[in-house]
Amino acid sequence: METTLVENLPEVTAVGVLIKAIIILAVISAIAGFGTYIERKVLAFMQRRLGPMHVGPYGLLQLAADGIKLFTKEDIVPQNANKFIFMIAPIITAATAFIALAAVPVFPDFTIPEFIPLLGGTFVPSIAADLNIGILFVLGMMASGLYGPLLAGMSQANKWGIIGAARTAVQFLSYEVVTGLSILAPIMIVGSLSFVDFNNAQSEGIGSWLIWQQPVAFVLFLIAGFAETNRTPFDLLEHEAEVVSGYATEYSGMRWGMFFIGEYANMITISIIAAIVFLGGYSEGTLGWLTIVLKVGFFFLLMLWVRASWPHIRPDQLMWLCWKVLMPIAVINVVITGIVMMV
Amino acid sequence: MGLEQFKNRNVGTQNYKTLDLGKTPTRGLDKFKQVVNRTFKGELFVGLWVTLREMINALFRGEMHTVKYPFEKLPISPRYRAIHDMLRLLESGHYRCIGCGLCEKICISNCITMDTRYDENQRKEVSEYTINFGRCIFCGYCAEVCPELAIVHGPRYENASEQRASFSLFEDMLTPIDKLNLQQEYEGFGAVSPNADDNIKQTPLAY
Ligand code: SF4
Ligand code: SF4
Repeated sequence: METTLVENLPEVTAVGVLIKAIIILAVISAIAGFGTYIERKVLAFMQRRLGPMHVGPYGLLQLAADGIKLFTKEDIVPQNANKFIFMIAPIITAATAFIALAAVPVFPDFTIPEFIPLLGGTFVPSIAADLNIGILFVLGMMASGLYGPLLAGMSQANKWGIIGAARTAVQFLSYEVVTGLSILAPIMIVGSLSFVDFNNAQSEGIGSWLIWQQPVAFVLFLIAGFAETNRTPFDLLEHEAEVVSGYATEYSGMRWGMFFIGEYANMITISIIAAIVFLGGYSEGTLGWLTIVLKVGFFFLLMLWVRASWPHIRPDQLMWLCWKVLMPIAVINVVITGIVMMV
Repeated sequence: MGLEQFKNRNVGTQNYKTLDLGKTPTRGLDKFKQVVNRTFKGELFVGLWVTLREMINALFRGEMHTVKYPFEKLPISPRYRAIHDMLRLLESGHYRCIGCGLCEKICISNCITMDTRYDENQRKEVSEYTINFGRCIFCGYCAEVCPELAIVHGPRYENASEQRASFSLFEDMLTPIDKLNLQQEYEGFGAVSPNADDNIKQTPLAY
């Protein structure tokens, strides 16, 4: 199956990958910024408020106003902080979030029309780096993104930061096992770690979506994904009511903004993984790009929706949940999947 | 009920009612049953539904609560005591104040300063009238005592200004002569706010 796929497609050149990388960077950071606007609006509507209204029509340009504010704010580095690590931590979060996106299929492939000078005829692939271990790479990258909050919290010489860093470690230790184990069962069924194979395995309509075969794994992955992106109910790292702003307490301006771009990029990545692995991805022929946008949009909305509805849990409850409830269920799920496949 | 019950600090002897929360499970099986019960109760989804319902209400049923304040204002009660207004007679347009000085006398923070003199027709006219809003406590006594309904509390509650003197002169409080037809009569103590009907709600009996 894979060989025919490669034969049908034009050759992927370095220029094409470069263009793809630039597109991902530009579009995802724009969407990530726009995500903050959507989040504020949806949360506002769910509390019967209007949300941002005054900058531009329906507050659409609020994003630009926030951007200007973030860019022009003074970049304060606290006196006793470890300056190098303090300055590099937000970059780790933002960079790993975008590196993870390199192995995720975003937008369909296309060829730049011939009449455009210089780049005409270049084939731009849907995945910047079509690794055959795509899922492993993405999950690994997102996991290493947690080093951002961890280092940021420890380097800033602030007690709230330290607590935030400790909670990062707690969270990291808890959900990572569940993410890996929950996604193991679908990987066993498909027999590949590549997103393209997952997509092709579910190409026979809604009935072939993996969510019907692996509902438990889907729920587990969703829960672990919420923890991975620090969303409510697992936003222990920076919960204002308890630890001021956790690991981000001392950050200001663009460094603070980078944490948030990273967080929103991670939300998008998790949504894409969930859509491709469990909900059939972009396999619906010509309309594939539209359906995956809808699926990703649904997961994104779900994260905001949950934030508006549910309280968040304590760190010890998170560990209890992940180690004592979710991990056993995930292991049982993997074992049962294995038995069913053997029989 | 006397105060004794509140002064009793001896835990266990007070007359408290405890809620029936059921038994805390001690055996492993019971704990497991409780976890399963709670897991499949679907309360989290009830929570999701509540927020979704509010969103639908707000977006499609016009139940948005936000008031876009500087552009849109809630009606205030006629009893509201904001910056004073000096009213005019509707027929002649002359100011109503007869210079009796009652408001100056009753003012408990001594912030009204007024002076009167005879005008050319040998009638009493107000030559000076100021209220020091740095001292006024907006008690409303001056409006209550005024025999002519001349000084009333107006609806101007947005009194941020560089100088508090911007509000306090007689001319500032007096209805402008060209806006005489817009002059609002004071509805009197006990008047209800214009949107009182909308604010009436059923007393919730069941929770
Ligand atoms: S409202 Fe009260 S304090 Fe203010 S001027 Fe009138 S009587 Fe004086
Ligand atoms: S009580 Fe009324 S009529 Fe008398 S001086 Fe004051 S404002 Fe004028």
